[in-house]
Amino acid sequence: MGLVPGAVKGLGVTLKTMLKPAVTVQYPHVKEAPPTRARGVIALKEENCTVCMLCARECPDWCIYIEGHGDKAPPRREGGKPRTVFILDRFDIDYALCMYCGICVEVCPFDALFWSPEYEYSEVSIADLLHDKNKLGEWMGTVPEPPPLEVGAAAKK
Amino acid sequence: MSLTANPAPVDWQKASYVASQAADARVNVELETEGMILNIGPQHPATHGTLRVVVRLDGEEVVWAEPVCGYMHRGYEKLTEVRTYPQVTTLINRIDWLGHFANEVPFILGAEKLMGIEAPPRAQWIRTIFFEMSRISNLTLFLGDMGVQLGALTPVFYAFRDREYVLNLMEAATGGRFHPNYDRIGGLKEDLPRGWIDECHGAMRKVRTFCDEMEDLLMGNEIFQTRTRGIGVIPASVGLDYGLSGANIRASGVDWDLRRDEDSPLAWKEVDWKVWTHPDGDSFARYWVRLQEVREAASIVDQLLDGLPAGPIMSKVPKIIKVPAGEVWCHTENPLGEMGYYIVSQGGLGPFRCKIRSASFNNVSILPWLLKGVYVPDVITILASLYFILGDIDR
Amino acid sequence: MTALPLLAIELSYWQATAIKLGAVLTVIPVGSLILVFVFLFKMMSHMQSRLGPMEAGPHGSLQVLAEAGKFLQKEDIFPARADRAVFGLAPVVVIVSTFMLYAVIPAGPDLIVEDLDVGVFFALAVGSISVIGILMAGWASASKYSLLGALRSAGQLIAYELPLVLAVVGVVIQAGTMSLQGIVHAQAEGEIFGFGLIGNPFILTQFVGFVIFLVAAQAELTQTPFDMPVAESELVAGYMTEYSGFRFLFFFIAEFGSAFALAGIASTLFLGGWYMPFVPDGLLGNLAGPGVLGVKIMFVAFLIFWMRFTFPRFREDQLQAVAWKFLIPASLANIVVTGILKVVM
Repeated sequence: MGLVPGAVKGLGVTLKTMLKPAVTVQYPHVKEAPPTRARGVIALKEENCTVCMLCARECPDWCIYIEGHGDKAPPRREGGKPRTVFILDRFDIDYALCMYCGICVEVCPFDALFWSPEYEYSEVSIADLLHDKNKLGEWMGTVPEPPPLEVGAAAKK
Repeated sequence: MSLTANPAPVDWQKASYVASQAADARVNVELETEGMILNIGPQHPATHGTLRVVVRLDGEEVVWAEPVCGYMHRGYEKLTEVRTYPQVTTLINRIDWLGHFANEVPFILGAEKLMGIEAPPRAQWIRTIFFEMSRISNLTLFLGDMGVQLGALTPVFYAFRDREYVLNLMEAATGGRFHPNYDRIGGLKEDLPRGWIDECHGAMRKVRTFCDEMEDLLMGNEIFQTRTRGIGVIPASVGLDYGLSGANIRASGVDWDLRRDEDSPLAWKEVDWKVWTHPDGDSFARYWVRLQEVREAASIVDQLLDGLPAGPIMSKVPKIIKVPAGEVWCHTENPLGEMGYYIVSQGGLGPFRCKIRSASFNNVSILPWLLKGVYVPDVITILASLYFILGDIDR
Repeated sequence: MTALPLLAIELSYWQATAIKLGAVLTVIPVGSLILVFVFLFKMMSHMQSRLGPMEAGPHGSLQVLAEAGKFLQKEDIFPARADRAVFGLAPVVVIVSTFMLYAVIPAGPDLIVEDLDVGVFFALAVGSISVIGILMAGWASASKYSLLGALRSAGQLIAYELPLVLAVVGVVIQAGTMSLQGIVHAQAEGEIFGFGLIGNPFILTQFVGFVIFLVAAQAELTQTPFDMPVAESELVAGYMTEYSGFRFLFFFIAEFGSAFALAGIASTLFLGGWYMPFVPDGLLGNLAGPGVLGVKIMFVAFLIFWMRFTFPRFREDQLQAVAWKFLIPASLANIVVTGILKVVM
């Protein structure tokens, strides 16, 4: 192959590529599905949240704003003391600040936060990127099942 | 004010600084007709980011050059002082954003050394796989990008196309294409999804095809060789003096690779691979060495995937991580060169102080020496072949 | 042609000139826009494994019109210290030089603006006027970077004029005439070793000349691998920096118009021009001629743009070395061999 000058071989490469179909996916007419674990948006399952504030504390950007208040719930058994529960008043995630690092999802001890691969939520105004409790609850509908693990992975305890 | 009164004490340092500036200004004025000062950057397509290289030209030849860094300084070392370990792991992904996972590894390894814990073997192997994949992701971009700097528009598109396979794999496993944030003290965040290993083998095949295409299209091209051979020759001794690392120094003939020479818990010793060097030390040699490194990385990944041990992905670590007091230096062979972290811990939730040794900062320090006497078009070739990432220089 | 013998109409000089002018003024923008769309948008994209513009019109075909419209509606910027007259005149000089090339390219047995006896000589001479325009552009921009870029560009263009001319000399010797129509007839009526079916396209005997002509044309158009003057946007931005809006559009159309014209000249000199075997002269010949020439132009333009998208660029001194040390001796040797063979055979 030393007889064919390198320049000619290069021309062959571009010609071959021209004859093969292009790899472009024409978004927005055709949309590729992101993988299951893709970090698109964070969804909130409100019933699991106990307002422990761990996510807000661990967030590197402090983009989670939580407000809650204590309340008395009926005792678990007859004759017991009323329990203190925390009610979530406000849970906002500011996606203009969010780094999509996932520390909040990981750190939550009660499995109230989930990743969803949804990515099409850009807004015209930055203020609309603050997703409140209800909007975060809506994202729960898009959260997929975690994919099965690869061969050789240890079973989840 | 009388002449005999005590005069204010002379600040000699300041005085000499002012005098040198004045002398410089006088020289600049006198030499104005001979030297044209040209600013390459900070906004410039040839510098990978906001690097400013100030050169003084004598006609076509560079007489004096100085890189001015800092346009992208993000205060990483200060940030690490006020963040916890998981938060720092997230942030340092962004230092060298093309070799994403590789930034996390030395930091995590250093913290693990201080804590005295070891990740399980499966985690170490997968860490090595991801490390080599970030090397592939970083260097394939270089292979295409050097073409663009030299005028060949097509190779960079092939580079982006074939990098996508690697990035999609990272997204499938970690959730992030560019910033995986996958390494944790004690192991990894979660295990790989099913089917990942086969897909990865397929991606490595495509990477190897890409390397062959680059060899035919760019490296074998006589015009490319005329533009790069003999340009920007760095002798080994000068390179070592300036602290060059990675492919830059291996292209000058120095056989030094931290993956082989340093005792690391990652799995490089388990596989069969080779360190590539080139005796010439010119821009062509740097391109050639990086091309071979991509091939070698693909081969390493294939071997690791075949021999991946089963087991847990995370060792036993407390929920709230507090690294005991101490100091540790940990460095690895990152895609851009040698990257290291000197972590000083005082037992808190985050490091007390973290010094980041990034490869590109030292690689760029050779520019004043290297660019003397070089023609203006060759400045671009040299900048392209040294391959720095601004985030790595400025942190 | 003051008479259209096919349609038996007698035209006055002014009417004929008006028709020719209209034809040329239509062909140039349409031709260059077609080249831009097919090669710059679509062929480049497919070589880079992507699709190119797809939204404007079917498969992005109207994107070119959108680009033209975009340039036309931009602000006309004059640098403060620019020499206004020279600044405004420079793009005009360049585009006039391109337009004049079309005066001698034959598109059919009778479809030529003016069949000059010195057709090839005229074309090459007129093509080099654009160098003046480029120097004017660089000078009038009042920026040292533009001036440097213009000087480099002028040096490159003048250096590559010589191989361009010398490559053509071989064809002229073989055809015996400098008139482009005459060269096409020489190829149409020629024979390859006695086999006269497809005529004798000069690419077979003048292959070296063809390659030299293509390489020199690539440099004349400042395409990669010879685009150091234009891609100086690495460091300085070349003679076109200070131009915006429709003045830049002039430069752009001049570039692709010259590509179209040079491809036309190359097809005429080496591939047989409008001649297609088995097509008789007369009305059918005049209708088929432009189409045949168009196909051959697309082929030559494909070669030119293929080289453009594959190769990196030369440094200025290496570029000059290629011209002076390689192309000119090769073309001189080609002339000598052609001359000897013409006399001997």
